[in-house]
This record gives sequence, structure tokens and C-alpha cells, in this order.
Amino acid sequence: MSTTGSRAAALVPAFTAPDVRVTRSRRSTVWVAAVAVVLVAVLAYLPYLVYSGTTSLLVNVFILMIMASMWNLLAGYAGLVSVGQQGFVGIGAYAVVVFAQHGVDVFVALPLAMLVSGIVGIPVWWLLRRLRTAYFAIASWVVASVLAAIVTSISSLGSGTGISLLPYLNFSATLLGAITYWAALTVLVAALAAGYLLLRGRGGLVLTAVRDDEIAARSAGGRVGRVQRLVFVVAAIGCGGAGALLAISQIFVQGSNVFNVSWSAEMIFATIIGGIGSIEGPIIGAIIYYVIYETLGNYGTWYFIVLGVIAMAVAIWARRGLWGLVADRFNIRIFPVGYYLWPRADMVPAASVPPGPVPGTPVPPPAAPAASPSPAGEELGADGG
Amino acid sequence: MTAVPSAGALPPLLEVAGLTAHHGQLRALDGVSLQVRAGDVYAIIGANGAGKSTLLRTIAGLHRPTAGSVRLDGEDVTGRRAERRLAAGIALVPEGRRLFPSLTVEENLLVGASYARPGPWSVERVYELFGWMRDRRRQPASQLSGGEQQAVALGRALVANPRVLLLDELSLGLAPVVVHRIYGMLPDLLSTGVTVLLVEQDVSQALRVASRIHCLLEGRTTLEGTPDGLTADSIEGAYFGLAAVPESAHEGLGVDPA
Amino acid sequence: MIWVNDIIQGILLGGLYALFACGLSLMFGVMKVINLAHGDLAVVAAYVALGVIALTHIPGVWSFVLVVPIMAVGGYFLQRTLIQASLERGTITTLLVTFGLSIVIETVLLQFLSANSHGIPDGSFGTASFSIGSQISIGWLDLIILVVAVTVLLVLQFYLSRSRNGRLIRAVADDREAAQLAGADYRHIFGIAAAIALGTVALAGVAYFGMYSQFDPTIGTGQLLLYAFEVVVIGGLGSLWGTLAGGIVLGVVQQIGAQIGGAAHPDYQFLAGQLVFLAVLVVLPQGLTGIRRTA
Repeated sequence: MSTTGSRAAALVPAFTAPDVRVTRSRRSTVWVAAVAVVLVAVLAYLPYLVYSGTTSLLVNVFILMIMASMWNLLAGYAGLVSVGQQGFVGIGAYAVVVFAQHGVDVFVALPLAMLVSGIVGIPVWWLLRRLRTAYFAIASWVVASVLAAIVTSISSLGSGTGISLLPYLNFSATLLGAITYWAALTVLVAALAAGYLLLRGRGGLVLTAVRDDEIAARSAGGRVGRVQRLVFVVAAIGCGGAGALLAISQIFVQGSNVFNVSWSAEMIFATIIGGIGSIEGPIIGAIIYYVIYETLGNYGTWYFIVLGVIAMAVAIWARRGLWGLVADRFNIRIFPVGYYLWPRADMVPAASVPPGPVPGTPVPPPAAPAASPSPAGEELGADGG
Repeated sequence: MTAVPSAGALPPLLEVAGLTAHHGQLRALDGVSLQVRAGDVYAIIGANGAGKSTLLRTIAGLHRPTAGSVRLDGEDVTGRRAERRLAAGIALVPEGRRLFPSLTVEENLLVGASYARPGPWSVERVYELFGWMRDRRRQPASQLSGGEQQAVALGRALVANPRVLLLDELSLGLAPVVVHRIYGMLPDLLSTGVTVLLVEQDVSQALRVASRIHCLLEGRTTLEGTPDGLTADSIEGAYFGLAAVPESAHEGLGVDPA
Repeated sequence: MIWVNDIIQGILLGGLYALFACGLSLMFGVMKVINLAHGDLAVVAAYVALGVIALTHIPGVWSFVLVVPIMAVGGYFLQRTLIQASLERGTITTLLVTFGLSIVIETVLLQFLSANSHGIPDGSFGTASFSIGSQISIGWLDLIILVVAVTVLLVLQFYLSRSRNGRLIRAVADDREAAQLAGADYRHIFGIAAAIALGTVALAGVAYFGMYSQFDPTIGTGQLLLYAFEVVVIGGLGSLWGTLAGGIVLGVVQQIGAQIGGAAHPDYQFLAGQLVFLAVLVVLPQGLTGIRRTA
């Protein structure tokens, strides 16, 4: 921990001081974008090729990917370990019901539900904003259960027994399945893009610093709180979207399901196993999750036990998850959100780069020309905290 | 000129050989060797960041060395955890005193005595050494002054009846008169059979009390010898790493300039 | 009069809540661990009690005599293995691992022992009560549980302040490394603290599920952990008497919430406690004992 702390301490002055030039990692961006476009196009065409059983499974995978990506933004970047994201899952699900009851098409209600969830996220952030670690975790959990208690006490929403969306769906089963699939894919792409842009945007460096050492990052300015609020609200919107998709795909909404803490468990397990602190991790984690689910699905809840045990083991022994192992082994980053620090030509680099070289990464040579980025630059951020 | 041990019959009480330790990538200690004989007051001197505290922490078992060994009375203790080294007879008074702030003075001493070896020191004996302490034994340690805290920290280590007492920067942050008083206790400690290995930034203080001097510079030994065998020039050279260390000093001390 | 009765019942319940929470508070105070599996361990204790009762035919009320030591030993090993390993990785890892443990315990119990509700049989003793006036009725067992809870807190306080191990626990909580230098293996001391924590939570679990509530595998995460944490936050961390005060506040607030909600809204009982908890977090982040310290 001390090495990451000192690295963050060195990073923060770099953020404000003109000692260094900070650039984005840019390699591979173009071909990644191309591959991503092709992949999304293929996925979008899928309902014409496969049975609805496959697409409805993929809807579930996409929902978990969305939730895990949001939790990863919170815990992996903003340092906020939430165990209460099920609150926003539930809000999103019930918001779809409310809009549908008022005559709004469910797929129009989907983005509206996300908006509602984000709006709910603002006062919730105000409640939680000073809390950290265990306090934040449990308080977010309590907020979620308060939201659940409030929503499930409304009789027009079926109270605790749940409510069906069936009266509001005017599609054939096949068409509904396909549109739900496209909607889930759209929300997933939007969620990943939002996370990527957030991390590459101005707040990204702040978040990277926060992840390494929040206190050091805070001392660099008042920006941290604002960025954390932004992440929290984005995560609320994303989890609200996941909840809305859940409602549409299950056609039935019940408080004890959508507000269940097991959603938090799912997103946490998927993120940890896949790799916390990278955009790729939650995607891979969600896939692993469903591979294990499909493999052990016939043995009751065993799959969940196995996932929980794997997640605990990974958290202790392989903290950057499966993606961390792969990325280290083959040195790949599909979504490079790290930073390179380049010493200025007139600067002695020792003053502007972290005091010790990070194990495994080459130190910039003292005489490195400032103008030409080379692999000698030290990438920060893409290697978990 | 070198203080020749009595025919080399007895092995040194504490023997450090080729000790290398890192803080992350930084090499804090680089092949440091030293031999402390029973009854010595062995002083490590050196500037800030010379690796003095790391050396003591590594000997005490708080820091894991990357190479080298620590032997106590011939027995290799390198792989042992700090708490097991106390049982073997190595006690460290850490830099910054590190009392248990929410415990009283007496409770601090009792914690020190929890895993004590048999020996002359007891809480009662510490009270005899520091008269004021008995009256204030029920005060929280956090309410004491710096010098008083240092005395309690010393007492907490003594009640464990160590064979080798490691003292890290006793004088840090204390008024000169207090430092003088604390170092004045050393003869009392030695008379009970304790051997002392201390780290001191104040060279003149170290020269006054030590029977042997060992100078570190950036983790390496630059000088070793008895205080009366060293000249001010040789010490200054070793302390600041000036190139102009007189050859004679090395010859006289039998020290490899490394 | 009905409100007086609510307050009395709340106080009786509050002692039990304090007993639930003191282990959580102790583990946080000593290891800086918030054990998110705390509630599930109370449920585990209740199942162990059922097993002990079935095997030995011991009266339900007395099952704690075996359950408490079993859970304490379990707590020692849990600390020395899983929690110690995650502690060495940092706060967030500890949080995630204990959360994972909580979910795994719950799922394992569901898988092997079904979702059925159980109660610990407490015999005729469980329903015996005495009355004050016409509307206040106090169960003997409730009263005994309150007395036991306060006694346990007193004994714990005494143990921590007077015994050798208690002193070492406080020393390790203050400065782990300095305690090592005094010869104390902090991992062992942590284990002792965890054993105490699980012993108290086992006692609380047996009492709670013998007296107040049925239990099933899901009650640990959904309710008990939140109760315990609410008690600790309302009372302020690191103070056993604060824990008792927090327990009583939560107990009374829950009783009043239940009274307001009536049969139509049984969840008002929990909601009331949670709203007070959130209010305390916003207004008094240090809890009730924080007021006294700043005043």
C-alpha cells in the first residue's frame, strides 16, 4: 500500500504543477474502436440468427455487465464500496412500471427510468457523501432497504406482492424478446462508453489518484468530491437501467427480488473475479459468472457458492482478477485509460516522476526527450491499485 | 589499536552479517555487518536516510531483509518474527517511542512484561529507576511529556529482560537536558548485564557513551571502530561521505572503506 | 400507557441488540474490521444450537453453554485464516471478503438446510411473565436476557481493562507493531478478540431466536447485520456503554415504529430504526458518545 500511496502523492502534484506533461495512452485506440463497432454490429444482428433462448440469456449477461461496470466505477475507481446498488436496480424497475401505468411505452420508459434513478441518486449521495469504507458500504445498504420499504408500501405498485408488466406490453413474444435484447445491448454500450469517457475525461486522473490514495488526492483540491458525486450518479443511472431492463425482460416486478442485496453480490462477484479497476474486468467477470451459472445451474445454488468462494480467493490472492493476470501476462489493454507522465526537457525527471520505479515497468530514462512519447513512459492507472 | 576481544574466545552476542534490506525498490541497507559483544554500548551513527532505523528494525524483526543474517549468541534468528525475537532476548525501543496511548503508564509496562524472560528487571525495578513513574502510573501514557514517554518506552523494553537492547534515536525531539538525563541511565542498565545497540544522529552524544562506533552512509558501512581510535576528520568523512577519508584512519581501524 | 409499555419492551430488546453489536464493535476497535458476515454468524449459531439440542437433548435455553464455546473457537480460526489474510491486503479487501463470506454462508445454509423458518424451543419459561398495572406485561425471559446482556457487557469491560489478555487486546488495537516489539503475536490476539466477538454474537443469536424471532438463512444479512451496525453507529464505535445506549435507542425506536405501523405496516419497525440510523449518520457522525466527548 505504501508504494501506491507514494505514487499517488507524486501523481497529485503532477496534476497541478507544470512540471510534467500528461498524455493519454493512445496506442491501439483506433483498432479497438473498429473491433468494438464490428462486435456490436454482430451482436445487434444476433436476434436474426439465434433462438430467443440465447438472446434472453444474453440479456441477463448484459444486465450483469452493466451492473458490474457501474460497481467497478464506484469501487474500482472512485473508492466507494457500495453494497446498496440494489436500491437503484429496484428504483429503475419500479419506475418502468409507473411510466407504463401512465401510458408510456416500456422502451420509452427505459431511459426515463434511468433518469429517475439518477435523480434519486443525488439526495442519496448527499446522505452518504462523507462516509467511507464500511460506513459507506452499510449505509448504502440501509438506504437501499429504506427505498425498498418505501416503494413496496405503495399499494398501486402491488405492495410487496409484486406487479406484472404484461397489461402494458403490446408486442408479440418474439418481437418483445428482440427489442429487449437490442435495448439491453444499447444500455450496455452506453454504460461502457460512459465509463470509458468518464475515465478518459478530466475526472479520470482525479479518480485514478483517489483509487490510489484518497487523502493524497483530496489534498490536491476540492475536485474529488464532485467527481465522486458524478460517478455515484452515473452508477445510479446505470443500475437503474439494469433494473428497468430486468423489469422488462422478466415482465414482473417484485420488491423482494429487485431490491435484493444479491444484486450487489452478483455485481461484486463478477467485478472481483473479472478484475476490479479495469473496464475489461467486469465484462469478463460477467461472462465467467454466466459460464459457471450455466455449468452448475442444475445443482441449486451451488453456482453462487462457487462464485462467492472464487471471488473471496481472488480478492485475497489475485487482486486484479482474471483480466489483471491476462493483461500482465500479455501486456494488453483494450481500453487504455491510463496516463503517461513525461518529464519536460528542462526538468530533472527525478523530481517529477514517482520516487521509485514501479516493479515491472521501465523507468523513463533521465535524458528522455519530452516531445516523443516512447514505451519508456510510465503508465499509471491501468495497473490496479 | 582495534579493541581486540578477549582472544576471540567468546562469540559476539549479536552478529549481523551482510544484511541487505529494501523499502520497495530502494535499497536501504547494503551488506551491513557488525558484531556486538556482551557489555558493549555499540552506537550506529549516520545522517538522515543512512539506514540506521532500518538496521535496527531489521534486527528486531519488524523488517524482512532481502539478504544476510542476524545471529543472537550464535543462534540464527533471521527468519523469526519480531515477537519471537523478544523471547530470544532482542528488545527494540522504537523511534518515536510508540507507547500505547490509551493505556496507562503501568499498563504499558505490564504489556512489556507480558512475555518477559527471567531476569533482574521488573515493573518495580523500573519504578526504582524512574522515581516519578510510580506516582503517575495510573495516567494515560498519552498525557506524558516527550521525555517521560521515552522513559516509559525504555522501561517497557527493559521489563522484558532483553539481552540486547536496541535504542532508536532516544534523543529525537527531546530537550538536551532530558537527553542527558536519559543517557545518564545507561551505566545503570549496563550494570544489570544488558548490552546496548543504539542509533544516534547526534555524533558527539554517541561518542560520549559508546564503546564502539559504526557509521552508515546510504545503507553502507563507512566506518567502524572505538571512539578513541577515531579522529574527528575520519568521522566527518564517513558521516557525510566525503572522499577525503584519510587512509590512516582505515588502516588504524582495520576497516574496509567499501 | 401503551407508549410506556413500548419503551419498556424497547429497553428489554435493546439489551439484546447491544449484545449483538458488541462483537462487531470489538472487532472494529481491535482489528479495524467491519465484519459484514456478523449477522450470518448469529444465524449459524442458531443452527448450531438446533444441532446441539437435537444431539444432546439439552433444554433449548441452555444450549448456549455449548454453542458459545463452539462459535468462539470457530471465530478464532476464521480470524486466523480468512480475515487475517484479507486484513493483510487492506480495508477494502476485508470488506469485500467478509461480504462474500456473508453471502456464501447464507447460500450454503439455504442449499443444505432449506429456507424454512425455525425457532429455538424455550419451553414454558419463554412465555412466563409478570404484569405491572393492566397494560404492562414483562416477560421473565426478556428481563433475564436484558440482565444477561448487561452482565456480559460488564464482564467484557472488566476483562478488557483488568486481565492480561484484555490489556494485550487494547495494546494491539493501539499499535500493532509496538505490541509485536513487546512480544505479542498480534494475529493470536486478533484471534482472541474474534473468539470473544463470536462468543457474544452466538449468545445473542441463541437468545434472540429463542425469544423474539424465528430464523431462516436470510435473516442474517437482511436484518441482523444492519441492526448491529445501527446500534454501533448510534452508540458510537469503540465504547461498550455507547453500544448499550445504542441498543436501547434502537430497541425503543423499533417498538415505537411497530406501534405506529400496527398490523398494516409491520416493516415500520425496521424502517424506524433505519431512519434514525441515517439521521445519526448525517447529524452526529460520531454517534451518541460523540456528543458527550465534544460537550
